This record gives sequence, structure tokens and C-alpha cells, in this order.
Amino acid sequence: MTNTRKIWGLHIAVIVIIGALHFILPDYHHGLLARTMVLALFAMGYNFAFGYTGLLSLGHALFFGVGMYAMGLGITELGLSPGISILFALVCSLVASTIIGALALRTAGVSLMIVTLMFAQAGWYVILYFGSITRGDEGFVIPQASRLVAGIDLANSENRYLIALLLFAIVLLITLALVRSSFGKVLVAIRENEERARMLGYDVFSYKLRAIIVSGVISGLAGAAYGILFGYVGATFASVQYSILPLLWVLLGGAATVLGPFVGTLFMTYLIDKASEITEAHLLVVGVVLVLLTLFARQGIMGEIKKRIAPWLP
Amino acid sequence: MAAVTLLKTQGLTRHFGGLTAVNNVDFELPAGQIRALIGPNGAGKSTFVGLLCGRISASEGAVEFEGKDVTTVPAHKRIGMGMAYTFQITSIFSKLSLFENVALAVRRATNASNSEVEAAVMDALSQVDLSDRAEEMAGDLSYGHQRLLEIAMGIAQKPKLLILDEPTQGLAEVEVQNFNKLIKNMSQTSTILLIEHNMNVVMATADYITVLNFGAVLAEGTPDEIKANKAVQAAYLGAE
Amino acid sequence: MEFGPNLILALIEGSVLAAVLTLTAVGLSLVFGVMRVVNVAHGEFYMLGAVLAYVIASMIGGAPAIAFIAALIIAPLLVGCLAALADIVILKRINYDPENTIVATIGILYIIQQITLVTFGPDARPVEAPFNHRLSIPWFEFKDGAWEMYWPWGLGTTSYKLFVIFAAIAIMVALWMFISRTKAGLIMRATQLDRDMAQSFGMPVDRVNALVFGAGAALAALGAVLIVPIQQAHYQMGEEPLLLAFIVVIIGGLGSLPGTIVAAIFIGLSDGIISIFFSPTLAKILSTLLVAFVLIFRPQGLFGKAER
Repeated sequence: MTNTRKIWGLHIAVIVIIGALHFILPDYHHGLLARTMVLALFAMGYNFAFGYTGLLSLGHALFFGVGMYAMGLGITELGLSPGISILFALVCSLVASTIIGALALRTAGVSLMIVTLMFAQAGWYVILYFGSITRGDEGFVIPQASRLVAGIDLANSENRYLIALLLFAIVLLITLALVRSSFGKVLVAIRENEERARMLGYDVFSYKLRAIIVSGVISGLAGAAYGILFGYVGATFASVQYSILPLLWVLLGGAATVLGPFVGTLFMTYLIDKASEITEAHLLVVGVVLVLLTLFARQGIMGEIKKRIAPWLP
Repeated sequence: MAAVTLLKTQGLTRHFGGLTAVNNVDFELPAGQIRALIGPNGAGKSTFVGLLCGRISASEGAVEFEGKDVTTVPAHKRIGMGMAYTFQITSIFSKLSLFENVALAVRRATNASNSEVEAAVMDALSQVDLSDRAEEMAGDLSYGHQRLLEIAMGIAQKPKLLILDEPTQGLAEVEVQNFNKLIKNMSQTSTILLIEHNMNVVMATADYITVLNFGAVLAEGTPDEIKANKAVQAAYLGAE
Repeated sequence: MEFGPNLILALIEGSVLAAVLTLTAVGLSLVFGVMRVVNVAHGEFYMLGAVLAYVIASMIGGAPAIAFIAALIIAPLLVGCLAALADIVILKRINYDPENTIVATIGILYIIQQITLVTFGPDARPVEAPFNHRLSIPWFEFKDGAWEMYWPWGLGTTSYKLFVIFAAIAIMVALWMFISRTKAGLIMRATQLDRDMAQSFGMPVDRVNALVFGAGAALAALGAVLIVPIQQAHYQMGEEPLLLAFIVVIIGGLGSLPGTIVAAIFIGLSDGIISIFFSPTLAKILSTLLVAFVLIFRPQGLFGKAER
């Protein structure tokens, strides 16, 4: 099984390269890459449900938002320590994804998209409705004093990069292990032919629910990490735009590839950043890329590489 | 062979709107038998086996498997209890390799180690003469080979009851011969329920035959008895 | 104001919302019913209708009534053509694959919205109503053993708002006549019932698609032109009607026109009432959750019949 070594080697090499870039990159790229890694967590979580299991959700902003607000309100309202508040965020996103999953998975396809979208919209409106606590659209800042975890100051950009890298590495390797496990293979089987998987004796609903939970918890972690690393919690992160972005990142990078979400997030982050220097209508690139992807490149970047060069890529 | 009853139905009925596809069927299948289920098109054969394995829920009546009432048990749990089902319309994982297709069947049925799974997969594939193509994509196979792959997925589960829904449809004559041998071989370890249109296959393999017509049992008996049965002849002539 | 006058006010505002919502939602429902396409960009066609109405009205100038009538005719036509073009250039080429189509229409949503931001700018702009008389509504109260009529402060509406309600009814009647009485309508209904059959009978399914997608967008634009003298044109105004139209179409039963109309009235009125007595945000929370639960537990819609 030489493929196994090749696969683990490649993914660890990616992590090592990003680690080495820490010492080389100029400030602008250093900051952008740190942001990309945190958002790529979100994309990897999304990919687990969409890419591997074939569950197209338009409501993952809910899980990102739950993680972010649980962390933020945990610190400001409940007085939790930063470390505990992140654990709290994980528990909250676990509960949210279990409930949403158990309900939404009674539908499939287009209905599933609309149901998840509606739940996420309801969540966003709830944040706005309780504006006296959440500060609504305006959001709130996490005080710098609360951004010390185990003596590490997360407001420092060097630390931020390294913490982002640590989380990125953990989630990347967990994802890799999961999709190569028999659990991951059943998810792909369900995506490919749900009825056949059921008639091989797999409890399809339970597998899908577990996929949504894994996906939701990773997305929640991403939200919590984004909030505490960049010190800000706001309703935009729970809006529909943040349900569409992970879809876009994954489609662009390549659905059902382990590295695809990172690649897609990296491309889009730079593209949007460059576009916003030119025009305030920087979201135009989001629209154009989405349309081009559906028309010409259904596989995404890593998907094309997998198809043409390296079929062994997970 | 001691006739232990593996599967039994009582008054099994299924309505679709105003249509009664399966009507009050009492059916008994002893362990170890190869049973053929035949009948004209639209006789309710596929619906009947759908009720057995839980793809379709019963309107009335009961299904018993190994003495347990499984009427309300969901399909995946019935498969877990030792049923296996191959689809009439080929249903495989076309974007996965042959190996992975069969491995999915093996892994669910056992907790074996990786090497044991691999051995079981290759064994099942070699029984249908596909072992040299294990790494190919299932979707690239010809139609007949896809049918064989599906049968391999059934075999690989080492089921107590293997339900085959028109398995030889689309197979070449040589492949049908091999299939007959395969079925005989399988029946050493599994009970087999075979829906089949090809009478040569039925006569060559079946121990016992059940004939369905208009959703009800028309006749049951050994192949020779069925051949001689006037009502069966009439049903087939009438239908064709 | 007391409860009674408040309720009347809520009903009037709700009816105006219901009128515009009916047009928008019927457009969305038509597209889904005939083409099986979920058009996420529908709200942007609405927005475009309002923005174009402003542009046309300010280009023509002169009497508000003439400028308004010109906008009412030209804006929906332009929007309809643009949508038909999007159908031919994009949706047709991805074969209307359900999930792909949603992703593509999300892309179209951003493209339309952001181009509007670049060209039209971020400001909200008004269109003057062709007529706008203030109509006060009296209220009766039982006082000292006798009915007394008085004019509560703030209870009233405008002639233009009443016009919107009647215009929407007239348009729906015209649409119904078109679908039930004309050959084009017949072809649309045939395509809705069985696309393959329609194609094999030589019906121009491609042209029907472009026409229906354009007509759906034009209906949204029509609703927007009607509302723009009450609300202002703004590049982000498409989001809310999109959500409401979705809610209405799903609660009414996907693709069912009568169900859509009933649901539009139901949602429009209840949104108006909850918004006035509680808060607009609460109304949105309740209606989005209602949609999710309808899709989960009653996919045929609240007013639709079960398949079997």
C-alpha cells in the first residue's frame, strides 16, 4: 500500500510548507493566510457533508454562527474563560447540528437545501431579534484581556497564525483519517447510491446524521476560532452569505477532496481581497465564479487534478 | 434436511391506491431451499420480495424471518439479520471500483480485518469471474457484467437468505450457465429466493416453485408439478 | 391607538404586502411549476424592476403619471428579456440539473446585485407615485350609551396603496386568462404536466423555458414597480421578497398557482399583523420556521392535497 504513504506524506508536507511560510511571508500575505486557514476549517466541515456525503446544505452559516456566538457570548455574558468558551461552542454546535440534522434529513435534494436555508435564516433573525444581548448587525468585540489562552495572546498576529495552523492541521488530518476509514467510505456509497447502501444493510439516516454532526461541529469550531482569533463577533457571519461562501470554496477547490476546501478558500480569499481594492462590488467575483464553475468546471481545482494527474488523491 | 422454516408470510397484502399488488399471500420458505418465484408480468413478484426485505411496507399481514416478526423492522435491519437483496434494475456504485462495491457489502456483514475483507472480496469477485477487473470503475462495465457484480455483492454478504430479482436478465448464454452453477454452489450455505423469467434457469436450479398471478399464489410445487399444472399454463397463455 | 384601529391598519398594510407578494411568488411558482427550477435570483429580478423603474421615470420626467406608466410597461419587459437571456446562456446549458441550477442562480443573484451596486450606487431612491391622496378612516366607539364616530390619528391609507391592491388583482386575472385561454398557456400547462411528452409532441420546450423564466422574472419586476412609490429602490431590496416568495410558494404547495395565491394572502396579512403588534423580525423567525417544518412534515404545502 504505497498510496497510503504518498497520501499522508502529501498532506503532512502541505502543513509543513504552510508552517515554513510563517517565517518567510510578508505581513499582508501572512495575515491573509492565517484568515484563510480558519475559513478553510469551515470549508472542510462543509465538504464533509456536501462533498463526501452529498448533502447540499444552504444553512451552514447557522453552525458557524452558533460556534461564534456561543464562544463570544460565553465570554462576555457567561464569564467563561476563553478555553472553556471554545469547548462550550463545540457543545452548542453539536446540539445544533444534531437537532437540525435529525429534522432536515427527513428531506433530500432541493427540499434539504431550502430547509437548511430556512433554519439558518431563522437563526440569523434570532440574533437580530435579541439585539440587546447580541448587539445585532453591529456585533461586538471580544476584549483583548479575554483573548489569552494558556498565556498565549491571540491578538498577536504571529500567535494567531500558529494557532490557525494548529487547528488547520488537526482538522485536515482528522478529515483525511475519516474519509479513508470505512465510515467515510459508507458516506461516499450513500452519496453515490443511497438505496443500494440501504439494501446492503447500512442505516442510511444514522450515517447521514453523523456526517452532519461532524460537519456541524467542525463548522462551529471554525466560527469560534474565527471570533476569538480576530476578536469580533457579528451577525454577518450568520447570514446567508456565510452559507454560500463555504459552498463556493468547496466547489472551486474540488468537492470530496481533502485539500480542495483549503485550495478553494485560498483562491477566493485572495480574489475577493484583490477585487475589494478595485471596487466596492467585490462580491461580483463570487457570482461570476459560481456561474463559471457550474458551466465549465464541476470538479473544481483539486477535482481536475485528481481526474487528470493523481487519481489516488483522497 | 430438516425443514426448518426460514421465512414465512401470513396474509401479506399491499395496496397502491386502488390497486392490490399483493393480495393475502401465505408463503413459507424452508431453510436450504432454492425457491423460484415466477408469474406473468405485473403479477406482483417484485412487490412481494420488496415486502419481504422491507423496501416496501405491508398494508396488511405479517412477515416472519427465523421465527421473528419483522413486519415493521426497517429494511437495513432485515439485511443485518441475514437477508440480502439484488435489484431488478441494476443498482451498483458506478463511480466506485468493483473492489469497493463488494467491500462495502463485506464490511457491513462482518467485523473482519482489512486483509480478511480483501480475501472475501476477491473470493466473491472470482465466483463471478470478475476478479481480474477489481480496480476498474463499476460504471465502466458492460450491462451483463454489472449484473454479475451485483450478484457478487449479494454473495459477499454470506446471507442466510439471498433474494435475487431477475438476476439473469441481460446475461449471455455462457454467463447463464455459470450462474446456474453459482446458485447451486451458493445453496450449500444460503437459502435462495429467485425471481426469474428464464424458464431454463428455473428448471435447472429450483427445488420448488411458487407461481404468483394477480398478486395471489396461483400454484406451488416441484418443477415437474408446475410444468404439468393447467392453471399455470392458462395464466401464462392468457398473459402472453 | 387602540387595538381595533391598529388591526385595521395592519390589515391594510398587510393587503398591500400580500398584493405585491402574490405577483412575486406567482412568478417564482410559475418557474418552479413549469421548469422545475428553484430560482434563487428571483429577488434580484424584483430589485431590478424597482431600480429600472427609477431610471426610466427619471429619464422621462414630466408628469409623474406618465413616467410611472412608462416604467410599469418597460421595466418588466426589460427584466423579462434579461431573465430569458440568463436562461438560454446559463440554465439551459447545465440542463436544469436541480442542485446545479440553484448554485448557478445564486451566482446570478450576486452578479445582478453587484452590477447594480456599481452602476446605480448604494443609495435608496424614490419614484413619485402617479397619484397619492390621503384617505382617513373613521372609527366608532360606544361611549355614554351612544355610538360615536371619530378619526383616530394615524389610521388611514393612500389612494395609491388601494390602487396597488386592485392592480395586483387585475394582473392575476389577466394571467389566469392567459394560462387558461391561450395556446401559449396551454403549451405551458402541458409542459408542466409532462415535459417529455410535450417535447415528443413537438412542442418548443426550449422556447417555453425561456418564455416562462422571463415571465416569472417580469412578474416579480411588475410587483416591484408597483411598490417602488411606497418603498424606495435600493440594490439590496431583493433579499426580503425572495425569502417571502419562497415562504409563500412552499406553504402554498410547490408549483400550485391557487395555493400560492392563498398563501400569499395568508403570509402577507399575518406578516402585517405580527409586524405591527410584535416585531417584523419575530414575524420572519416564525415564518421561516413554518416553512422548514412544512417542508419536513407536510411537503405538499399547507393548502395542497397529499399525493395519495
